Amino acid sequence: MDLLQTYGFMLIVFAAVVGFFMAWGIGANDVANAMGTSVGSKALTIKQAIIIAMIFEFAGAYLAGGEVTSTIRKGIIDTAPFVPLPEYLVLGMISALMAAGTWLAVASYLGWPVSTTHSIVGAIIGFAVVAIGVEAVSWGKVGGIVGSWIVTPALSGILAYFIFVSAQKLIFDTDEPLKNAKRYVPVYMGLAGFILSLVTIKKGLKHVVKSGDLSISNTEAYIYAALVAVVIALIGKFFISRVKIDPAADKEMHYNNVEKIFAILMVVTACCMAFAHGSNDVANAIGPLAAVVNVIQNDGEIAKKAELAWWILPLGGLGIVAGLALFGHRVMATIGKGITHLTPSRGFAAELAAASTVVIASGAGLPISTTQTLVGAVLGVGLARGIAALNLGVVRNIVVSWVVTLPVGAGLAIIFFLMLKAILL
Amino acid sequence: MPGNSILGVFAKSPIKPIEEHINTVHQASERLLPFFAAVYNNDWDLAEKLHKEISEIEKEADVLKRDIRLQLPSGIFMPVERTDLLELITQQDKIANKAKDISGRVYGRRLEIPAQIQVDFKLYVQRCIDAVEQSRKAINEFDELLETSFSGREIDIVEKMISELDAIEDDTDSMQIELRKSLQTFEKDLNPIDVMFIYDIINWVGGLADEAERVGARLELMLAR
Repeated sequence: MDLLQTYGFMLIVFAAVVGFFMAWGIGANDVANAMGTSVGSKALTIKQAIIIAMIFEFAGAYLAGGEVTSTIRKGIIDTAPFVPLPEYLVLGMISALMAAGTWLAVASYLGWPVSTTHSIVGAIIGFAVVAIGVEAVSWGKVGGIVGSWIVTPALSGILAYFIFVSAQKLIFDTDEPLKNAKRYVPVYMGLAGFILSLVTIKKGLKHVVKSGDLSISNTEAYIYAALVAVVIALIGKFFISRVKIDPAADKEMHYNNVEKIFAILMVVTACCMAFAHGSNDVANAIGPLAAVVNVIQNDGEIAKKAELAWWILPLGGLGIVAGLALFGHRVMATIGKGITHLTPSRGFAAELAAASTVVIASGAGLPISTTQTLVGAVLGVGLARGIAALNLGVVRNIVVSWVVTLPVGAGLAIIFFLMLKAILL
Repeated sequence: MPGNSILGVFAKSPIKPIEEHINTVHQASERLLPFFAAVYNNDWDLAEKLHKEISEIEKEADVLKRDIRLQLPSGIFMPVERTDLLELITQQDKIANKAKDISGRVYGRRLEIPAQIQVDFKLYVQRCIDAVEQSRKAINEFDELLETSFSGREIDIVEKMISELDAIEDDTDSMQIELRKSLQTFEKDLNPIDVMFIYDIINWVGGLADEAERVGARLELMLAR
């Protein structure tokens, strides 16, 4: 107990630094996943992708990142056994951050695709089991989270399949694909805007605007979201009207101009993807930090209902943006080589489906893996016969790395926890 | 490929290489026109040069074929069956081999096409190369097929192209019959061994159209799933 009073401020600073480092790693590494399809299909240049990612990752983290943060903070473990031992919770959360951060750094160095979500969840389970015992983990919750790792890729795959097939039916397989593209693409833009704004209004804003003075009824939320959707669709329509239709391009391939219109849609879905990624993954970095801050500011009391400190969400958002700014370029530069025939009309379906799934899951407070939803979505488009070639071997490797990440994250967290305990207690 | 990204999931698309391959194959067969022109003029130096060119292009096609096979290991998931694609490329490659065989045999034996059938023979070669050109057109619809995810209208367009290809191949069959008939009327005036070879060459040139038609048939099978 005296540990928290004596070193409280230092512990917060330390946790904030580690949390920031973790957010920074998310920004540096995961940006390739979130923005890769846009860059790969040549709808965006690397520079544009980085700028979009910076703005929308931060917006997503700040406006809609609160819900998942709460789950990471108090959903995975049962805080009741920690009440007599608040310092265990503080040290444990710090070790979880260190473990996940270390594992991400190692994996990036070795070039393995790992999920930040998996590593942090594994780490939190790991320290809880060592600190208190098996009963400290809310296994039901964890089961739900792990279950969602299987359900969400499937969901986003199904979504991607139907979005893609709808685009085929409405636009590509018609007499006048170009005319129909101009007509229906704004609808897809509106759809993307609707889902994003709805979840932000319903779930995200209450963490930003402190409770009480924000009461939006369901109907109002839908109305606002619909308004945003219409605005986005109109803006999209304006930009589509400015696309240079090049009749000569159709000699090579008569869908060239249609793809140009989809490239504009891709800009919108890329924004969505960045927003979704920010809202979902920022929690992995700052959830444990929020827990640490709570315990220390309440003098070791583990409160059931605790507010997020005001500075935590922006800190995570800034961390992601910093990672993007410093390393995003390097990661992005490797994209787009060797990806052939990934056209905007395919990329958009995968991105829209993945972003929607992530945003909906974030709204439900589930920490899911952005990468997983994206892989699911890509496979969905593939099953709709939309992608020229998919490498199932790589899919297998990615899945294996996810499975490995859980026990590794747990193991590392245990080591760090025991070390901190030996040093400080 | 960045390790920490899902982009490795996207394998290299085989579509562009397949189109490139049929274009190369078509180039090889097209060279037969100037080749035979040189043969009619008894310009054997030019014929040799063109035969060498055809061999070179055939080698290029082989390299492309090998590349495609290597980048399609099992575990690649495509909208079309992998085996279909591999068989298609094998079939395409036969056209180039045929063109090389024809020019090689004619040049190797200094085989002259008799003046009485030269006019018809010229038209016949042209028609057989038309068949190859038509198969090239059909294969070049591949990226449009992918855009419409191998269904709907685009399939109809390709189907039309393939039936056009079949019609061209029919033409070449009847031309071949006519050629044989005319050759038979004066074959006893020629060196018997040469005549045997001319019959062979007529057969092989027709083979170009046959192989082209089989490319179309393979494509059709691929789309019929």
